[in-house]
Amino acid sequence: MVISCSPRWRKSFDMEICRQGDTLQISDLDPFLAELLRQIPQSTNPEGAPGAEARLFSRPAAEKKICAEWKSYVEPELRRLFRSASETVAADLTQLNGNEKSLRNRTLRIPVEHADAWLNALNQARLVIATKYNFSDEELNDHDRSPIGSRRDLGLFQINFYGFLQEFILREISS
Amino acid sequence: MSAVSAVQLEKGSTSTVETPVRETETREEEELDVPWQVVVHNDPVNLMSYVTMVFQRVFGYPREKAEVHMLEVHHKGRSILWSGAREPAEFYVQQLHGYLLLATLEKIV
Repeated sequence: MVISCSPRWRKSFDMEICRQGDTLQISDLDPFLAELLRQIPQSTNPEGAPGAEARLFSRPAAEKKICAEWKSYVEPELRRLFRSASETVAADLTQLNGNEKSLRNRTLRIPVEHADAWLNALNQARLVIATKYNFSDEELNDHDRSPIGSRRDLGLFQINFYGFLQEFILREISS
Repeated sequence: MSAVSAVQLEKGSTSTVETPVRETETREEEELDVPWQVVVHNDPVNLMSYVTMVFQRVFGYPREKAEVHMLEVHHKGRSILWSGAREPAEFYVQQLHGYLLLATLEKIV
């Protein structure tokens, strides 16, 4: 498990994050972070990465009979749950539609009642990305790596950024 | 099958009642349900705070107990969260998978 996702990278990327009543608000978003947010729904898609598919729908038991029943009856429900969470997030993210110029200093408002969907979709995205790039435990605890360099570095940055958002949402819904 | 006997109830009247007979039924003894356990395994991606929240929500554990299990998963690689009948154990595992935790159902041997 990851202890926490430090927001140390905020030194170089701007945004403000707070709760206002029944809304979680991410404001002063720079275009780069706004784009990473917009990539959450597509990042939850495990297609083309068998390892990611296996991670999202992991085996429930060693017994083959239980696994077969699970695949028939439980897995479709899990797929619906994950898809629904991703669709809720995608709908919230339409606030960020626009070109790069219009994304400058944009604010994203997330209704608190969507918090569970966001936690779920962020977790899906983090697991899929981590499986695709096969990050080691050491890499997953490296919160200082620059996103600029390779697609893999960007993937690690995405995992950390999404983890930071999870931490924020968790803190706000439990307070 | 039950035997029938005639019983004198009142003078001049007879009626038949069924005499209870112990029925002997051969039934295969059902196998007693062996207890199952719900095990959560370590995962390098899930946040510790997230895992703690999931344990609180799924099992209704207080925060302190949820944290003990979370730390056991983190340090030992697995923790037994619950044990009992198979049906509720499956339900718990399903919920844990809904939160994307690595959880399995294991028969206690």
